[in-house]
Amino acid sequence: MARTGSTALALAVLGLPFAAFLLIALVRPLRRAGRAAGLVSCLAVMGALVAAFLAWHGATPRPLLANPARTWTWIPADGGPMATVGVLVDDLSMTMMVLVALVSFLVQVYSLAYLGDEPAPALGRYYAYQSLFAFSMLGLVLAPGFLQMFIFWELVGLCSYLLIGYWYDRPAAARAAVKAFWVTKLGDLGFVAGIVMLWAETGTFDFWTLFKTGVLGAPIAGLGTIMFLIYLGAVGKSAQFPLHVWLPDAMEGPTPVSALIHAATMVTAGVYMVARVFPLFARTPDVLALIGWVGAFTALLAATMACVETDIKRVLAYSTVSQLGYMMAAAGAGAPDASFAHLLTHGVFKALLFLGAGCVIHAVHTNDVFRMGGLFGRLPWVGVPFIVGTLALAGVWPLPGYFSKEAVLANVFEAGRTGPFLLLTATAFLTSFYMFRVVLVVFFGRSVALPPGASGAQAHGEHDGGVPRLMSAVCLALAALTLALGARMALGGSHGGGPRWLPSLSLGLAAAGFALAWAAYGRRALDPARLARAFPLNVIDAAARRRYGLDALYAGLYRGILLGAARLIGWIDRYLVDGVVNLLSAWTLRAGDRLRQLQTGRAQDYIYGVAFGVLLLVVWSRWGR
Amino acid sequence: MPLQAYLTLAALVFAIGLFGVLTRRNAIGILLGIELMLNAVNINLVAFARFRGDLAGLIFTLFTIAITVAEVAVGLAIVIAIFRVRRTIEADRLDLLRG
Repeated sequence: MARTGSTALALAVLGLPFAAFLLIALVRPLRRAGRAAGLVSCLAVMGALVAAFLAWHGATPRPLLANPARTWTWIPADGGPMATVGVLVDDLSMTMMVLVALVSFLVQVYSLAYLGDEPAPALGRYYAYQSLFAFSMLGLVLAPGFLQMFIFWELVGLCSYLLIGYWYDRPAAARAAVKAFWVTKLGDLGFVAGIVMLWAETGTFDFWTLFKTGVLGAPIAGLGTIMFLIYLGAVGKSAQFPLHVWLPDAMEGPTPVSALIHAATMVTAGVYMVARVFPLFARTPDVLALIGWVGAFTALLAATMACVETDIKRVLAYSTVSQLGYMMAAAGAGAPDASFAHLLTHGVFKALLFLGAGCVIHAVHTNDVFRMGGLFGRLPWVGVPFIVGTLALAGVWPLPGYFSKEAVLANVFEAGRTGPFLLLTATAFLTSFYMFRVVLVVFFGRSVALPPGASGAQAHGEHDGGVPRLMSAVCLALAALTLALGARMALGGSHGGGPRWLPSLSLGLAAAGFALAWAAYGRRALDPARLARAFPLNVIDAAARRRYGLDALYAGLYRGILLGAARLIGWIDRYLVDGVVNLLSAWTLRAGDRLRQLQTGRAQDYIYGVAFGVLLLVVWSRWGR
Repeated sequence: MPLQAYLTLAALVFAIGLFGVLTRRNAIGILLGIELMLNAVNINLVAFARFRGDLAGLIFTLFTIAITVAEVAVGLAIVIAIFRVRRTIEADRLDLLRG
């Protein structure tokens, strides 16, 4: 049953983080106080969470053909407003709103502890960005039209850039921020072109009007091209092949940022957008097929790269890319519901995994999994939530990942897309393998001597083996939420349909992945290095370690095209533009030099000139006319 | 005598004066040429005054003569000043303003 939430509550959800942002950004003492700014931001987003939950809880049923959006005129024009702003509060946006507010809140609370050692002004800056991000993401979610969505779409991109580059004095972070910004902009070019073309065809940005014309009205000319261009925006934002290269580098930002923006919310904006305008995508089966194939391919590609990565955050980043591929594959199979369900569950358990990884990094001061080990005994309150998240990601019953992944696979299979289905099942196996690899190495592997700085943070006196209680508490809360979500899905009889053998297949794949990881990293019965040298694997291994040459390809393209063009333009500037100017000045100089000869300095020569001039005038006035 | 005769005389005197101004190398000679040209103008003024019966021309001539005297006084003073500095009054060599 379609339902509509309260507009006022939605506006409150939107307004609170924005107010916090303005407050922190404009009031300098507050911003420089750091922790106080953090508390303001946390309170605002908590208010937003409450409002979002109330809106979701108190939603009222609505007739099927009623517009759920409340809009106000923004750009007036003859014959109806050219652009409107407003809030669209239906099931999709309400659920997403709750997820965004929830993860934002938890991450902001977590950041209080994680970034507690930061200088106060930097922390204030961080919370200004965080509030702006919460506002932008919620605005994106609630957008009732393409124009508003695009504006917030770019705003979240900006926040992502600012937060990846939070430690801007580290060259790697600054480069990663710029890379993320540019690569997503490449996709956004397509997005904005698609929006403008769609507007040119239909004269509206409004989703509801578009759906009505799309479903009931005459076919929109060139819809295939338009939807493909719009999909490009999602490719950039949701890190689909071949624009996924920015996401692993985005891990240079603080870990809570990775959890919030690069796992749970912003990167899923592309998937959300596809689900949001699915009635339009539904009319372009070719584009949907492309979305499905690209999604499935991305999923597998990223999973192989996750298997060879040793940086714990990068493993999770590739895993995010892979799961985004899953969501897109489901959307491509014509099942936006399954796609969105996976988005939701993934948002929760991936945030959990990232925050868990943040705790581990905070405790051992390294990102390299092979320099960690045997941490379960030391950090049980991090280990348990992390394992819950891993089980969810691997798709183990009755955790939410199992149900949503199941729904994705079932829908892809039933849509008859055998190719993507096979890619996705292979990915399911790899997912389980690389996640258990991380768990076994980090939590159960051989104990590695910790660096002396590991216990340096214990001055706060409320630590749990090097991890502030607040951080492990947030992890536990997310783990509880994951379990609750799983229980609800299990009791709610959430069954994705699909063939009867599907549950056993996916569970079997998860178990096989676990078994392989156990053999290689737990029991060490299998030497992973030797395994990687065996024939078909060594090729993949080498390619995956080089990230399939995609980063090198982009770097080459950048050097070839951009620097080449820069050199060409530099040549034009130097020799053509400057040349014309230089030529003119040389001519002027030479002409001046010649004209100088006229100026003899002798009065009589000038009188000659005057007399001759008068003579000419006389001749002209007498006979010339 | 007809008016043309006076005008012809004035034109001749003017031309002689201009020739002097253009060709003399001595600064005092140039001044003399200028005097001739001015006097040619005076002749014209007087002739027109006579033939038109208009006294304004005569009065104007008196003014011109007075101003000419002043001009010659200033001009000769300048020539003397130049001579003191440059030790020459040859016009061809007074070319400090050459470009």
